[in-house]
Amino acid sequence: MLLSITGLSKSFPGTRALDNVTFNLEAGEVHALLGENGAGKSTLIKCLTGAYQRDAGEILLNGQAIHPRSTNEAQDLGIGTVYQEVNLLPNLSVAQNLLFGREPLRFGMTRGRAMRAEAEETLRTYGLDIDVTRDLGSYSVAVQQIVAIARAVQLSGKVLILDEPTASLDAEEVRMIFEVVRSLRDRGLGIIFVSHFLDQVFDLTDRLTVLRNGQHIVTERTSSVDRMQLIEHMLGHQLEEVEEKARSARGSEPDARPELLRFEGLGRRGDVEPFDLRVGQGEVIGLAGLLGSGRTESAEIMFGARAAQSGTARDADGAIAIDTPRNAIAAGFGFAPEDRKTDGIVADLSVRENIILALQASRGWARPIPRSEQKRLADMFIYRLDIRTSDAEKAVGALSGGNQQKVVLARWLAMNPRFLILDEPTRGIDVGAHAEILLLIQEMTAEGMSILVISSELDELIAISDRVIVVRDRRHVAELTGADIDRDTIVRSIAAPDAADGKAA
Amino acid sequence: MSRTLLRIAPQAITLVVLVALISVVFPGFLDISISDGRLVGPAIDILKRGASVALLAVGMTLVIATRGIDLSVGAIIAICGAIAAWGITNDYSLGTTLMMAVAAGLLAGLWNGTLVAVIGIQPIVATLILMTAGRGVAQLITEGRILTFSNDQFAYLGSGDLFGIPVPALLWPVTGVLFAIAMRRTALGLLIEAVGINRRASALAGINATLLLIAVYMASGFCAALAGIITTADIRGADANNAGLWLELDAILAVVIGGNSLMGGRFSIAASLLGAMIIQTIDTGILLAGFPSEYNLVIKAGLVIAILILQSPRLGATWTYWRYALFSRQRGGATQAVREGQE
Amino acid sequence: MNARTYPLLATIAIFLIAYAVCYTQYPTMLSTRVIGNLLTDNAYLGIVAVGMTVVILSGGIDLSVGSVIAFSGVFIAVILRDTGLHPLIVFAALLFISTAFGAAMGGLIHSLAMPAFIVTLAGMFLARGAGYMLTIDSVPIDHPFYEAIDDAYWLMPGRGRFTLIGGIMLLSVLVGMIVAHRTRFGASVFALGGGEQTARLMGVKTGRTTVLIYAFSGFMAGLSGIVFSIYTGSGYPLATVGTELTAIAAVVIGGTLLTGGAGYVFGTLVGVMTMGLIQTYIVFDGSLSSWWTKIVIGALLLFFIVLQKGILHISQTGGARPAESR
Repeated sequence: MLLSITGLSKSFPGTRALDNVTFNLEAGEVHALLGENGAGKSTLIKCLTGAYQRDAGEILLNGQAIHPRSTNEAQDLGIGTVYQEVNLLPNLSVAQNLLFGREPLRFGMTRGRAMRAEAEETLRTYGLDIDVTRDLGSYSVAVQQIVAIARAVQLSGKVLILDEPTASLDAEEVRMIFEVVRSLRDRGLGIIFVSHFLDQVFDLTDRLTVLRNGQHIVTERTSSVDRMQLIEHMLGHQLEEVEEKARSARGSEPDARPELLRFEGLGRRGDVEPFDLRVGQGEVIGLAGLLGSGRTESAEIMFGARAAQSGTARDADGAIAIDTPRNAIAAGFGFAPEDRKTDGIVADLSVRENIILALQASRGWARPIPRSEQKRLADMFIYRLDIRTSDAEKAVGALSGGNQQKVVLARWLAMNPRFLILDEPTRGIDVGAHAEILLLIQEMTAEGMSILVISSELDELIAISDRVIVVRDRRHVAELTGADIDRDTIVRSIAAPDAADGKAA
Repeated sequence: MSRTLLRIAPQAITLVVLVALISVVFPGFLDISISDGRLVGPAIDILKRGASVALLAVGMTLVIATRGIDLSVGAIIAICGAIAAWGITNDYSLGTTLMMAVAAGLLAGLWNGTLVAVIGIQPIVATLILMTAGRGVAQLITEGRILTFSNDQFAYLGSGDLFGIPVPALLWPVTGVLFAIAMRRTALGLLIEAVGINRRASALAGINATLLLIAVYMASGFCAALAGIITTADIRGADANNAGLWLELDAILAVVIGGNSLMGGRFSIAASLLGAMIIQTIDTGILLAGFPSEYNLVIKAGLVIAILILQSPRLGATWTYWRYALFSRQRGGATQAVREGQE
Repeated sequence: MNARTYPLLATIAIFLIAYAVCYTQYPTMLSTRVIGNLLTDNAYLGIVAVGMTVVILSGGIDLSVGSVIAFSGVFIAVILRDTGLHPLIVFAALLFISTAFGAAMGGLIHSLAMPAFIVTLAGMFLARGAGYMLTIDSVPIDHPFYEAIDDAYWLMPGRGRFTLIGGIMLLSVLVGMIVAHRTRFGASVFALGGGEQTARLMGVKTGRTTVLIYAFSGFMAGLSGIVFSIYTGSGYPLATVGTELTAIAAVVIGGTLLTGGAGYVFGTLVGVMTMGLIQTYIVFDGSLSSWWTKIVIGALLLFFIVLQKGILHISQTGGARPAESR
């Protein structure tokens, strides 16, 4: 066994990112590490590369216990990493990147010619014959990834972690990378492959391990798992009772909602292909699909956060403009983004200010919301959403993830939108808050609001959705209603391999 | 209200201590007498001489709150001063002259704001262009001479007095109060802070960040125009080479002394104004206390370094580390806290 | 051809075109006399701009250099006036002080994690203040060694003088080119300018590198101060106010990206020469006023900043496939 991890645990304030996780890697294998966002993949990798220090557990490399405290230390031990965002310097030449810190010197000066020769020779073993004196940034991402892999292998040489290296590559480039990975496997390296593209996992890997909510779910030979099973493992099965309840409720309700909005042909090249969407009054629409399928992109286009290249939106009164968030908000839209920290909260502002922010922005700067009204709104939502904070004046950045999410929700509820988009509203928050947010969604739709929910948790979608849209390979591929909304159907829609679409993405 | 007082307490205390120290060495420091119906004394002098930096600090506070910086205000002073002097010597009415000068300041701000908010050039880089070229433009207007004039009405703005107090000493508090009211009695202050802390989240919440950024640079240009007008009025002439020279640095310093973070976000105009007065008090105080003025810059440097150390994010992280290390039993938890603190 | 060489080529092209335009109007502009003077008059600026290039390549900025030059002049003049030390010993002491001063600023920038802009602003005040504390007057230097240096020049064909300080400047550029483009330290500088986080991941010792960068800039500022004192024959604490901005402008006009990570030291030399050329032209013309220098330099700055922004934009989107555009 090349690398063996046992009992690995890691907690952050408010969440348990890894809970007693086991993971093994043999020399000469490609091992897929799978899981949705928040499953613990990246925490596991960060513990391996020394970016995080584990709370408990043991990591053995070639039978030796290791405690890497930094990425460079992990590298010296033999663990190299290549990330999705190429972690090399685009402003240096290929040769400089490859040999950074190990440049051949003479009288303290780098020997350009020797460096060039060495870099060319190294890259040739990876099947790359390129001008190594050009800036790395002038080459395609695939070439950059191969250079990154070459550098990582030269520096470490035992374990290679590939963290979503193919996320922004096309099919031909993916093939290039896979060839490189296979040749490294044949040279005896142990390779951990993180990806959310299942086709690639089946194509490349020998074994796979699935994590969910920080726990080890299963490790199996890739050849003995089928796609449906794998998705089941990844998406989990937690809210069975709620689901049953919701389904019976849904059965009794005829689908005769008045139409609120209609999107036609909305799309953007490379993000999501043109789609139509009808939104009913008081309806909950679930957007299901794996990470990277185009679900977030769909939401961002509907909110104007990402410019649509085609398509229109209309309501009962005619066409509405949704080309910018401001216009979308004016049309009665709201959007709670997936990444709360960078796109949602304004960390240094207080809970009160965060809650009234969108309302204030839409009223314009000249009509401030009176302080007493601000206070009333903030207190009301703190009470209604049960936001755990000492008072409304506390900085939002100091709250836990779940409470930050509630503040973002409160910001939109204060606007009383007619159409609210929630991207992963329950990710990374504790179980109690989780249930509260689902309950809240039901309350709001009862009052006539229409909501679009994006979630990796199928049970959650099944529990609350009146209709589920399945997104795969940047296309809206299925629309499920009524009794069709069940795990098997959704999973089958997500899983169906699509021969027509040659692109990996 | 008590929040505001708490916010400006460090600056206020610093100023009081400074005044007390100078008073010990130079007992007459706080004396104010009346001569010819106007108040005179070192304190009045400080209020008057500090006017330019105080005015600039008002606009600069807003720019820095958006995570920006405006290096061009000194050059804008020169431009607006030159235009004002040109206007008055070419027999435009005082009103028209002032309007032209202010319009020039707003235009300069529009230029900076467009480079920053629309084209997306880093603020320090974008405003460097006008900082370099602006003085040339000013000299173009004055044709390289010191453009003097003898309009008493205009000169009144720089050297006259109202109720016994010099006009510049009245202008900056009035401007500061008006801006503070405009910020806090409307939602502008909140929106500016939101954009400074997280531009993307603010835009997603429906704030028009681009427009707000342009407006902030225009406000800075406006304040610089006011400073240019009083500078020109005071010396009854426009000196394109020296008017407002290096004042941008003093203005930035005033904002930083005012406890406003260069990383944007929460701001206090009052604290920046106190910062400007602290700088001027040091300048004047050193002179009065009988120290050679050569000490001035060294003291300023010491002050900046002290404030930087107090504001340093890394120092904050170290503090977090020790607190965490002392109260946490989790192994490795402390370094984690530091890492998070640094991110 | 790397996209990043375009600004350098643009710099060189602008310089050659400008020179050609000058030549058509005033043929004497091509004499060795003018060229010699260009080198001599801009020697101190060229030297300090080399240091500034390295700082800017790393993504930083050094506002203190103008003050350090003035301090250097005053320091040399006062020591030479008050003691019998040989100038070379004074030079050595001065270079030690200015280098240590730069290193201290680099240390503060790293350890406080504060913007270089504000730390070096404090350094600017400190250095200028230290100069004032030595003297507030202009102190002339009349040492035989200085006279000897003044007479040290090579009379080029055409009676142009290639002076020692012009030579020192060219040598500094050469050293700067080697340091920036041919050493591991230089690679670290570019790495820092490309992104501190990535640089650290690639094994750059960021603290050490930052200290060395500002120490290098301090050394160059000290050297520039020596050259300036030779050039003016005196030390004056009010000298070279604003030289840091002229140096920054020269670096940018030389094709270096002001946000760091891309550029050439040689370009800085061309940038300095371009600025010198503009001034020379205005002197030749006689009717044009000096403020045009500032406006033209401002326009050139704008041109290069927008050019860099455009190149960045194209390299990020132009070659990208649809899948990357997200």
